[in-house]
Amino acid sequence: MRTVVCIKQVLQLGDEVEFTDDGLDVDPEYLDPALNEWDSFATEEALQLRERLGGEVVVVTCGPKQSEAALRRCLAMGADRAIRVEGAGRDPFSVARALAGVVRGESADLVLCGVQSSDAVQAATGTALAELLDLPRAAVITRLDYSGAGTAVVDRELEGGLIDRVEVETPAVLTIQTGINEPRYANLRAIKQAEQVEIDVRSAAGGGTPAYRIRKMFVPERGEGAEMIDGSPAEIAARIASIVKERLA
Amino acid sequence: MSVLVIAEHLRGQVRDVTRELITAGRELGPVTVAVIGQEPGSLVDAVNLDGVAEIVTVTIAAGEFENDAYQAAVEALIADRQPRVTLLGFTVNSMAYGPAAAVRLGLGFASDVHGVALDGDAVIATRSFYGSKVSAELDFPGADGVMLLLRPTVWAPAEGQGSASVSSLEVAAVPSRARHREIVEATTSSDVDITQADFLLSIGRGIGDKENVEMFEELAEKMGATLSVSRPLVDAGWMPSSRQVGQSGKTVKPTVYLAFGISGAVQHLAGMKTSGTIIAVNTDPEAAIFNVAQYGAKADLFDVAEELEKLF
Repeated sequence: MRTVVCIKQVLQLGDEVEFTDDGLDVDPEYLDPALNEWDSFATEEALQLRERLGGEVVVVTCGPKQSEAALRRCLAMGADRAIRVEGAGRDPFSVARALAGVVRGESADLVLCGVQSSDAVQAATGTALAELLDLPRAAVITRLDYSGAGTAVVDRELEGGLIDRVEVETPAVLTIQTGINEPRYANLRAIKQAEQVEIDVRSAAGGGTPAYRIRKMFVPERGEGAEMIDGSPAEIAARIASIVKERLA
Repeated sequence: MSVLVIAEHLRGQVRDVTRELITAGRELGPVTVAVIGQEPGSLVDAVNLDGVAEIVTVTIAAGEFENDAYQAAVEALIADRQPRVTLLGFTVNSMAYGPAAAVRLGLGFASDVHGVALDGDAVIATRSFYGSKVSAELDFPGADGVMLLLRPTVWAPAEGQGSASVSSLEVAAVPSRARHREIVEATTSSDVDITQADFLLSIGRGIGDKENVEMFEELAEKMGATLSVSRPLVDAGWMPSSRQVGQSGKTVKPTVYLAFGISGAVQHLAGMKTSGTIIAVNTDPEAAIFNVAQYGAKADLFDVAEELEKLF
């Protein structure tokens, strides 16, 4: 049983923003890296599969050297190996092609991806990857029932509190939704050990049309926005209370 | 500019997002709406709306959505009609086949799009990055056509009877590798129905700890509000999914929506932004929820909650 988990190091923007000189992205100084929240659930799901069925968990990311920190987070959680592929564009199709080049060689029983990344919210890379690998797929999974061979039964979380129960032939690519499990914390010793693991670095083959090109990036106009209530907590509470009482009267 | 809209339906009902896609599409050019399903003819009337030039039905074997069948049908429709733009909703079903069809056909692609415009002949899509704090304009050089997954609830749903021509397209069946079994109601009915509440006190990740839920339960009771939550609290197992507001939870429209510690992810906003009066308390002054709220306060949640409790 081999599970490949494709992860992403997301970049989080704080209160302030400046753009790069070409205006096509946020200045990296204003961005804090982190493991994508969805991918911690995908990694946990793979680790639980390994606990039940044996085998190994391989984590793969597409990104610069800096993104190895996210791979090491997964290694500290318990993943066996890590691969980083570099030199691809950042749009979902370029990333999917770069990942496909690596994942193809792993002969995985399951490939797990997060549904989406918190910084881009595209929900596209996993499904594009499945197509490039010519594998069956299912998206937005909140429950996975798999015995290690044959078909897996999965719950897809639809809008409005409905579940689509689906049987998927394997090997398959599944995109994992938050809440499917409870991602484990890595202890300090595991984090230290993960620092020592050698990460396999590959180069993306390149080629193929990107999904899109960014023409410019900007801070959106806010419209009117909220009327901000200033003052002490007591003053804020008093104003909220009066608004609530007036509206519900 | 020819536009293909893929209708989305569940349990024999066309979903609202389809009518929104028609509104977005007809601003670009003549709209063809494709209905893919076991009995697509029964859904034709529901999409024959003002601005729709043509409706094409594609019959597939599956009773509900299956991604292989949808992908094959959409690829055949694009090959046959050669649309410049193909519009899907940014929905759970589209996520399962849209990117696959686009990467296979070499289409330009963007998802969670909340603005579409034309610059001469070029399609320009606007979407957000970095937690909705910045927007970007995208174009699609080198692509023959473009597939866009549009964010739900941005465009007004199309209305008014249309006079579209109706035809069908035969698409060869493909093996379905992910087969629909059943639709299950995820939520338990024994809990309160937050969609019926006139006043919702809604809490999010900002409350920090499971122990703090109780404090807000008490506050809600004192204020006469029903307690609802954003997704992270359900994922963490602190509250049942029946209390969840948002795209994957419930869509609510109370007279007053009072949010504590909810930053306002797009999926959450889609489920509450049409509420009567929205009041948000958050420690982050840039939180997206302030864009839809009428009143906001940047303050410590617990201090405000404590003071508020004294007033009811």
